[in-house]
Amino acid sequence: MGTEKLFPNTWVERYADYLYNYTIVRVNDHEVAQDLISETFLAGLKSKDNFKGEASERTWLISILKRKIIDHYRKRNSRKGKAEVRMSYSDQDAEGDWLEERVKDPFDKTAEDVMQNEELGLAILGCMDKLNEKQAAIFKMKTIDSFDTEAICNEFNITPSNLWVIIHRARKSMADCLETNWF
Amino acid sequence: MKVFIKCEEANHTCDKTQYKEASFWEKIKLNIHLIYCAACRKYTARNTKLTQVVDKSKPKTLGTEQKAKMEEALQREISK
Repeated sequence: MGTEKLFPNTWVERYADYLYNYTIVRVNDHEVAQDLISETFLAGLKSKDNFKGEASERTWLISILKRKIIDHYRKRNSRKGKAEVRMSYSDQDAEGDWLEERVKDPFDKTAEDVMQNEELGLAILGCMDKLNEKQAAIFKMKTIDSFDTEAICNEFNITPSNLWVIIHRARKSMADCLETNWF
Repeated sequence: MKVFIKCEEANHTCDKTQYKEASFWEKIKLNIHLIYCAACRKYTARNTKLTQVVDKSKPKTLGTEQKAKMEEALQREISK
């Protein structure tokens, strides 16, 4: 028995973006990705007694999500009346090694670039999870969603100098975290 | 106007630069500071790298609306 526990109340806030980035490169459809994540949360809740506490919450959710993605492709293939695509999908090294993805490589990027960027994106979001809630929320709004300083200040009811202090701290811990996990 | 600034101010300008919000004069002062301050040089290098990394990988976020929808569905299940 491990020591990890589940907190379903915090799932959406903490993991929705992470799971979304994981899903979007695999299914390439905004709506589908959203549905899959929503289903994943519900499935996780349903089977939360099976959680042994050995993996982290996020890893566990990802493992459910993987199943959901596979199911999605199965369904889609059968709906189109295609012959079943046989995929050997093992969890370790072949992650993301899908037939569909091999076909869909954009022309200007190599497959390696795409994979690296995806992992990098996940690393960034993973590091954000380690920031405290307010820092993470503000950093996200400012850096990824590119909100105006003023808009964020209004939303959180803080002054610009508050904001910059928060951004400064967030950037510092983000850089630390990414340095150990990525660079 | 003073040309030499403290590290604190330099870091602040550096943060602003990452979002293209620093003025021209602020950037000059920052660069003068960087000539003689190794610590801030390091901070600036790391900060710039963080920006590049985020730009390059373009992580996406779900909209608040969609998250609210998920939250709602999840809470409904929880309270069952």
